[in-house]
Amino acid sequence: MSKLSVGDLARMQAEQAAAARTDWIKVGTGTCGIAAGADRVFRILADEVKKRGLAIDVRRVGCVGMCAMEPLVEVGVQGAPRTMYGAVDESVALRILDEHVANKRPLTTNIAPGVAELGFRETGIETPPSCKQLRIVTRNCGMLDPSKIEEYIGRGGYQALESAVHKLGAEGVLREMKTSGLRGRGGAGFPTWLKWTFTRNANADQKYMICNGDEGDPGAYMDRSVLESDPHSVIEGMLIAAFTIGATVGYFYIRAEYPLAVDRIENAIRQARRLGLVGENILGSTFSCDLEVRLGAGAFVCGEETALMASIEGKRGTPTPRPPFPSQQGLWKKPSNINNVETLASVAPIIQRGGAWYAGIGVGKSTGTKVFAVTGKVLNSGLVEVPLGTTIREIVVDTCGGVAPGREVKAIQTGGPSGGVIPADKFDTRITYESLAELGSIMGSGGMIVMDDRDDMVDIAKFYMGFCVEESCGKCAPCRIGGKQLLLLLEKIKARKATQEDIALMTRLASAMQKASLCGLGQTAPNPVLSTYRYFRSEYERLLA
Amino acid sequence: MQTNTVSPDVAKAVQKWQKKPGSLIMALHEIQSRYGYVPREVSMEVAQLMNVPLARIYEVLTFYNYFRIDPPGKHNVSVCLGTACYLKGSASVQTALAQTLSLNKDGTTADGEFHVETVRCVGCCGLAPVVVIDGVTHGKVTPTTVLATIEELKKAQAAQ
Repeated sequence: MSKLSVGDLARMQAEQAAAARTDWIKVGTGTCGIAAGADRVFRILADEVKKRGLAIDVRRVGCVGMCAMEPLVEVGVQGAPRTMYGAVDESVALRILDEHVANKRPLTTNIAPGVAELGFRETGIETPPSCKQLRIVTRNCGMLDPSKIEEYIGRGGYQALESAVHKLGAEGVLREMKTSGLRGRGGAGFPTWLKWTFTRNANADQKYMICNGDEGDPGAYMDRSVLESDPHSVIEGMLIAAFTIGATVGYFYIRAEYPLAVDRIENAIRQARRLGLVGENILGSTFSCDLEVRLGAGAFVCGEETALMASIEGKRGTPTPRPPFPSQQGLWKKPSNINNVETLASVAPIIQRGGAWYAGIGVGKSTGTKVFAVTGKVLNSGLVEVPLGTTIREIVVDTCGGVAPGREVKAIQTGGPSGGVIPADKFDTRITYESLAELGSIMGSGGMIVMDDRDDMVDIAKFYMGFCVEESCGKCAPCRIGGKQLLLLLEKIKARKATQEDIALMTRLASAMQKASLCGLGQTAPNPVLSTYRYFRSEYERLLA
Repeated sequence: MQTNTVSPDVAKAVQKWQKKPGSLIMALHEIQSRYGYVPREVSMEVAQLMNVPLARIYEVLTFYNYFRIDPPGKHNVSVCLGTACYLKGSASVQTALAQTLSLNKDGTTADGEFHVETVRCVGCCGLAPVVVIDGVTHGKVTPTTVLATIEELKKAQAAQ
């Protein structure tokens, strides 16, 4: 295929629409789906369809996020309602072909929530009023084959990039981004447009754009899912950001623990390069940008910007004090801008539909949607995307079904090892960056671990502290020594040997670590201890000697 | 000290990355996916080819959890100890494996057949608890199901 120029994308989109088969079967093949047997289900369906000579497309797609019900198969045939099936095995797959496809009679078993119930609002099927979800970041996840750029283009893909380079220009992009109010989805919530502006205003012969795909927070996996299910949306966001700040090289930094995500991004970059969407003179403009992938190697601290850049440079991932900020001196001492996967996947819709549209979603200074990974003791664990301002209860109970019958939900933990717990009596809180901070936790990357009445809060605090001690890079004393001492204190409490004085020491140490640590890891490491102590003090006191 | 015995595959892995700045980590990834770990002799070859001190290579290898400097077992089991898996009881899976396989301190069986390690989140939290056995992710496991998989591997081994 030759390089694309202005107008080609819209033409390709129309061609895709005209060529699309009306009857199809989609099999979700993200990491979760594959682990549950989706590859086998796909092969069975594809072989049978071939054997029976059916005029129906069997396609591999990404993941709609209902991990608890994998493998997921969606069926759309004319004359029968579009249906999502969960926990599909060989016999269910064959029944789908016999009954739904051949006789137009959908099965009555294995029914999973359909795309409308999951918040995909552009399917032509009416969304039930009870649905709290709204898909922007995950708009294509489970809808298209992530290994085919044509399908992304068929859904309007790369037209935001075209509009950025040919119509809006960098200033226009910044204006829309500012209006949108989008804030960093990696956790800190810094306004994205402002971050871009800092790097754009820096003077240098070379600038870098970096995508942070080092999703190290245990319990959060939305970045993996988006990279696997819709790699082109992240690439498009990356290119728009690079264009705006004036970068000509971009790096994807992705965890080595996510091999499928790495494969799909590498494949997507190759396809985009062939079409002239990556490389020299993108879409016939003067903008050139090449993209490369670098692998993480299992260090939580590399999610911190300066540590991440050290790692891309091939060094140990130890953070450096700021200033200088990455926007002045980042990768190889050149101005650099780092955004998280989810932030970048939000960019194209904002450019295409306008910042004002995005700002109309959410509440106050927390605009737009956020993807949460709801896991732990919840019944229907998976990824949900909701407008900010949705309450915790609406996510945990209404959308994900709460905890098992007979058990009581006790708390959630957000923000991973840097966050804190939020007890069930605060579940009517509307989620914003500010409200979670007030409760002593953080938004973080969106992990939401549900705990029930059997979970021991001191044990949870000890678990997170153990994680931070292992992951501390050792550069600064407050984190290296303070973390270890906190862990020893928690072990002492668990062993019923601690006194009231130890508790006082624990809170003093925690506050010293928060104030004196060099980077975010150490500054936030005591949060799980402090927040469990704040809300579940009796569980600590019960254990005192 | 070992010299001038650079094997072709190491040379190939290094060549691919040599010209790009800061790509030591990527070269080490290639080597680990080839050998399952980064052998000391290979590190020496890489040092020679990429013109970096051996100490720099070890500085990187020992900092990152993903790199291993000891050979893995014939079969490798990673037990996820991410938060979701921990809450759903992955510690009991780890204990069961350690007891049944009588692992030594570094998590390997005496015959080198099995190596068990713990990892922090493989990003499959929806299926917690999760173990990865020889690269294949198994979700919603219990000590019983994992031990059954291990038995199958042992039988397959014995049959060969």
